[in-house]
Amino acid sequence: MKTQVSTTINNEPVEFLCQPNESLLEVLRNTLSLTGAKEGCNNGNCGACSVILNGVLVNSCCVLAVETEGASVTTIEGIAPKSGGLHPIQQAFLENAALQCGICTPGFIMASKALLDKNPHPTEHEVRYWLAGNLCRCTGYDKIVKAVLAVAG
Amino acid sequence: MYIAFMQAFDYVNATTIEQAVAVMYREGDMAKPLAGGTDIIVQLREGRKNAKVVVNVKNIPRLAGLDWAPGGALTIGAATPMHLIYGNAPIAAAFPGLMDAFSLVGGTAIQGRASLGGNLCTASPAGDTIPALIAHNAVCVIAGTSGWREVEVEKFCVSPGRNALQRGELLVEIRIPANATGAQKFGAAYLRFIPRNEMDIAVASAGVSVVLEGGKIVKARVALGAVGPTPIVAIEAEKALIGAAVDDAKAVAAAMAAASTAATPISDMRGTLAQRKHLAGIMTKRALESAISRAN
Repeated sequence: MKTQVSTTINNEPVEFLCQPNESLLEVLRNTLSLTGAKEGCNNGNCGACSVILNGVLVNSCCVLAVETEGASVTTIEGIAPKSGGLHPIQQAFLENAALQCGICTPGFIMASKALLDKNPHPTEHEVRYWLAGNLCRCTGYDKIVKAVLAVAG
Repeated sequence: MYIAFMQAFDYVNATTIEQAVAVMYREGDMAKPLAGGTDIIVQLREGRKNAKVVVNVKNIPRLAGLDWAPGGALTIGAATPMHLIYGNAPIAAAFPGLMDAFSLVGGTAIQGRASLGGNLCTASPAGDTIPALIAHNAVCVIAGTSGWREVEVEKFCVSPGRNALQRGELLVEIRIPANATGAQKFGAAYLRFIPRNEMDIAVASAGVSVVLEGGKIVKARVALGAVGPTPIVAIEAEKALIGAAVDDAKAVAAAMAAASTAATPISDMRGTLAQRKHLAGIMTKRALESAISRAN
């Protein structure tokens, strides 16, 4: 039986219907057409589906959509200013060429945002440690770390 | 059209222990408690476990949160996620030997959801929190349809993936006794061996605690991870340390040998039997050194 869930996604009230066995990632992508979060491993290892749930970085593949009743979710679609342009982390990823194929990028940017929201001036070690749950098979990570450090200033 | 791979189940958002326990008694093994979901959701999706009902237990007040006053015992609600535990600065400072383990369960996004109770209930032979909890003499507080009971963490895991919970029982909280005070100094540490720097499963691990008094070890706990079907208490290693001076190299060597002997590992893709037995001793020594330095 489908359940009605009332939640807030990217600062907008959103209601959706879902089965109890649908993950937040499936509802974001398939029901709400928010396809920024990616399905990589679907088991919590790769971080491609990272979103921020009630201020905490999570893998949306490991969250049931029904659990988000009353919750606030931020996805990659919600971080750029509404007035236009990019979020500073998105801009830094472009300027530092911190992406190649792009599949991992939304997850890395959400994870980086969660880090910088909590710790605006992390060390390189802290950036690498924090991002250890996000996998990238293209860049070798250095450019991603450089981009995050560029935002941190 | 996307095909949802996860099996169908009903969802109950429990708000009281009685409600959760009633559902879990009614459905038995086909009811699965959900806290952080980082194990159970994956297991259900991959068909490694089956459920008719998933019971969300993290909105039950007693399962979510921490109870501690300086110098006192620490109670951790079973559904409390790792990041809220190690992110609590006073608690982290008082129990560094627990934080060693809690801060390395998965990556950041896992730690945002994964609960202490979940790591215990998953009962992985390599579960990082378990040897650390054993070293701290932690106790599981369990609610059931016929009353409440307490089980020491060292008796909670019964085989790989199996815990001591019976039909209709729910792990409510984990209690860690207050650290020794006065002339007695408590110290603990957890260390694991992994081939990477981060985000891996232990090849072998050790949680060690000591109580020091007058330069001697008066109490010791040595718990080993990933070297047997469940975490192992190395009793002979503990005996080798009790009564020894903190700088007694012979006692440390005896404890290392006893830990290696106590280890009953298998060879698998993470390591061979011989390497793991060797590492059980090495991890014991290193965790012991760290525990002693924290006790001083």
